[in-house]
Amino acid sequence: MKKAIVILLLAVVGWALVDAFTHVKFGESRLGDLKNPNTVGAFYLQKTAPELSVANVVTAIVVNYRGFDTLGEVTVLFLAAAGLGSILYRRKEKGAHDTMILKNSSQLLQTGARLIFPAILVLGAYVFIHGHLTPGGGFQGGVIIATGFLLMFMAYKDYHVSHNILTWVESLAGVLFVTVGFWGLIFGGSFLKNTMGTGVLNDLLSGGVIPIVYIAVGFKVAAELTGVLETLLNFKIKK
Amino acid sequence: MDPVLYNKIVTFDIYGSAIGLILIGLYALLVKKHLIKMVIGLSIIDSGVNLLFIAVGFIKGGTAPIFSPKGIELVQKGVTMVDPVPQALVLTAIVIGFGVTAVALSLVIRLYRHHNTARIDNIKSLKW
Repeated sequence: MKKAIVILLLAVVGWALVDAFTHVKFGESRLGDLKNPNTVGAFYLQKTAPELSVANVVTAIVVNYRGFDTLGEVTVLFLAAAGLGSILYRRKEKGAHDTMILKNSSQLLQTGARLIFPAILVLGAYVFIHGHLTPGGGFQGGVIIATGFLLMFMAYKDYHVSHNILTWVESLAGVLFVTVGFWGLIFGGSFLKNTMGTGVLNDLLSGGVIPIVYIAVGFKVAAELTGVLETLLNFKIKK
Repeated sequence: MDPVLYNKIVTFDIYGSAIGLILIGLYALLVKKHLIKMVIGLSIIDSGVNLLFIAVGFIKGGTAPIFSPKGIELVQKGVTMVDPVPQALVLTAIVIGFGVTAVALSLVIRLYRHHNTARIDNIKSLKW
């Protein structure tokens, strides 16, 4: 009976959504005139390369045009990590032992994890350093690095990342982001304004402060996600 | 099959699957009793909404909005780039979705520690 009501309700919701989206043609350009932009998407596509010398338009939007929004987003991530820690906080009992997994993993996983872990870190660093040139960026690179740490947590029972180090990395990265923002306020007149020289399109050192901000975001996201994994996977067992 | 109707179905499959994901997630949220399954439903809704956003910004035959040497070559040939704004918004939405999932999971763990069950119909103190 309850399921029938739910399915009926979902049918109504689904019909409303489908009906709304039949008017939005799939694959049709809604950007308007690209030469004289009057939509925000066309404006970004036209202005990014000449104004900022950044190849990846999505990065330019996220870090430069909507930089303040990204600062808020990073803050939300920090709040989620902090909330997780405070909700799951448990005082360590006497004689208790921290462990990540309850069962020993196989030799194959352990050796493979040790082999592939540095490669994952390098890939993550590559993704966030080249965030303004290739698809990717700080958030994606940070997540890749956190998956590397997840692999190590799964493979080794007693693999721990010190919370002190994570907190320091996270705080310094956040401070770097805000410092770049105030730098723009002092020398450019508005918060997070891109005041450095923009360089040549498709150079590694191009786009002014965009690579700096995205590297900071990468470190911050990697530290936060590793902290979240460490908190979620942590068992405290008594011997 | 009527070709007009066929085209309509084929062009609608992306929107359709995104809406389907949203509905599946809503079903899990409304019907399932296990809290982990409800969190999974929440994140399925997230994926559906993100897919819908990306699909609205897609342009047929378009290329990624990146001015790499190859991208500039394609633009000079007359290929349009897809709308970058939905992609930037979805990047934000994914991160917020991660935060929501993480906090929800931590609340589930906390409830499990307190009541020794993660099924809401077994938690007596919730009944009213």
